[in-house]
Amino acid sequence: MQDYRRMLDVYAEAGGSPEAFKNSKVAHLVVHRNKVIGEHLVEGLDLKPRETASGVDIHLIVRKGAIIKYPVHLCFGVLPEEGIQEINIKVRVEDDSGIKLLAHCVFPNAVRVVHKMNADIEVGNNSYYEYDEVHFHGFEGGVEVIPKTKIRVGNNSRLVTNFSLIKGRVGYLDLDYDSEVLNNSSLEMTVKIYGYSDDIIKIKEAGRLIGKSSSGLIKSRVAVKDNAQSEIINELVASAENARGHVDCIEVIQGNAKARAVPIVNVTHELAKVTHEAAIGRVSKKQIETLMSRGLEEEKAIDLVVSGMLK
Amino acid sequence: MELLRAEKLSLNLEGRQILKDLSLSVKSGTIHSILGTNAAGKSSLAYVLIGCCDYNPQCGKIYFLGKDITGYSIQKRAKIGMTLAWQEPARFEGLTVKDYISVGMREKKPGLVEESLHRVLLEPKEYLDRGVDKTLSGGERKRIELAAVFAMKPRLVILDEPDSGIDILALDNIINMIKELRSQGTTVLLITHREEVAKIADKTSLMCSGFIVEEGTPEEMGKYFKEKCIPCPTHFYQAEKDKEKVKEKK
Repeated sequence: MQDYRRMLDVYAEAGGSPEAFKNSKVAHLVVHRNKVIGEHLVEGLDLKPRETASGVDIHLIVRKGAIIKYPVHLCFGVLPEEGIQEINIKVRVEDDSGIKLLAHCVFPNAVRVVHKMNADIEVGNNSYYEYDEVHFHGFEGGVEVIPKTKIRVGNNSRLVTNFSLIKGRVGYLDLDYDSEVLNNSSLEMTVKIYGYSDDIIKIKEAGRLIGKSSSGLIKSRVAVKDNAQSEIINELVASAENARGHVDCIEVIQGNAKARAVPIVNVTHELAKVTHEAAIGRVSKKQIETLMSRGLEEEKAIDLVVSGMLK
Repeated sequence: MELLRAEKLSLNLEGRQILKDLSLSVKSGTIHSILGTNAAGKSSLAYVLIGCCDYNPQCGKIYFLGKDITGYSIQKRAKIGMTLAWQEPARFEGLTVKDYISVGMREKKPGLVEESLHRVLLEPKEYLDRGVDKTLSGGERKRIELAAVFAMKPRLVILDEPDSGIDILALDNIINMIKELRSQGTTVLLITHREEVAKIADKTSLMCSGFIVEEGTPEEMGKYFKEKCIPCPTHFYQAEKDKEKVKEKK
């Protein structure tokens, strides 16, 4: 019970809304280390967590025709300074259904914590799946976050993911999302990360637009300062008629930070099109001078530009 | 009373003389227009006066209310009441119109952001929560820039081509707003290449090839501009020379 309360306190600090956990219309799942400490289901949703030695295996099914009205709240975390948490999650969104998940991953005291997430997501036809993952880390930087996700989006469907790690130190992040999109479906994957000190950020997001008239957007916004390092590999492959995609990557660096961006665009059908834009550099001088001409100090102007980009 | 004085400013950028011994005096409570053709150095003058870091004059001094501010940063100049409305204002991802206008407001008066938007004919309900990003058209972005200046209530604003990118229907409104800035106590240094905009000023300085050629009433300067500047090929020659220089460098 104490862990549950503490998790919700940190969840609130991370920007989550703890009231959602008291609302009977809102499904939720709270996992501390390898213990399920809170769960609630709603109609149309099957959610089966099974505790393992190092984490939790989860099967989540949205039944055919079910639209889950309120976002499902997930909270994963490790409260002590050390620990490991491996989440293996299988999601199946059946035909004509939809769900939005809000996941908060909290590691407020981490000195040596590993959080692994292996996700396998299958979205059926005429369906949607939205997944927001917000991380809240402490200031020690002792977290290793390793999310690996395989996604398959059926026909006439939509998938949206947002990954955000802008509160506390990143530590070490190795994110790898791979997705496949069928006919008339869309994919939108966004990451927003702020790294500093000696944080290491590795992002690999791939989208394969194999269906006719499928579309994809892969968007990255990363700011690094001090000695932090980031590497972003964004790949979009379009191999079907009228498939459309865009890769949009902006990295801002300050101090001795290092950033690398590799946009990979691969088109194998004459009627497909993928565009990309990538920019790495310090905050635009014009933006800074504009804000300074309104009276902001340089540091505050930079903070405002960076926080805006990561909002 | 003299608010701003520039004395013998010279600016050299990448081997090219942009400003040549330029002197200027702007009286408090007036609209002072700088009229000139393209490539006359008008925007460079604005950047020098506001203190942009790549525009440090090699020679000359800038005085604000008699105090030498030549070494002041942009932020310090803003703190004493100077600002610039940029010809092509920067865009900011994730920053709302409300945030942007509020940045410079010294007086956090309720409703001022909304009032400022009304002044530039933008409906607050539609714009307050929009991003100051690439989804705005050029004209919308310019109007928001003017709204931000209005809310800031500076002692001096340099308006760099406030009319460019503004449609004909909104132009009268922009001109009225500039007059209103003056009536709220803001001195306006209005940079333009359009005679019809320059004529709202109390005084006009005619600028060509980096220096002030002539000063007088807007009518006198308008006449001079039409008769002598427009037919004069100097600025075309300058533009051609610049192109050649770029080619040589490549």
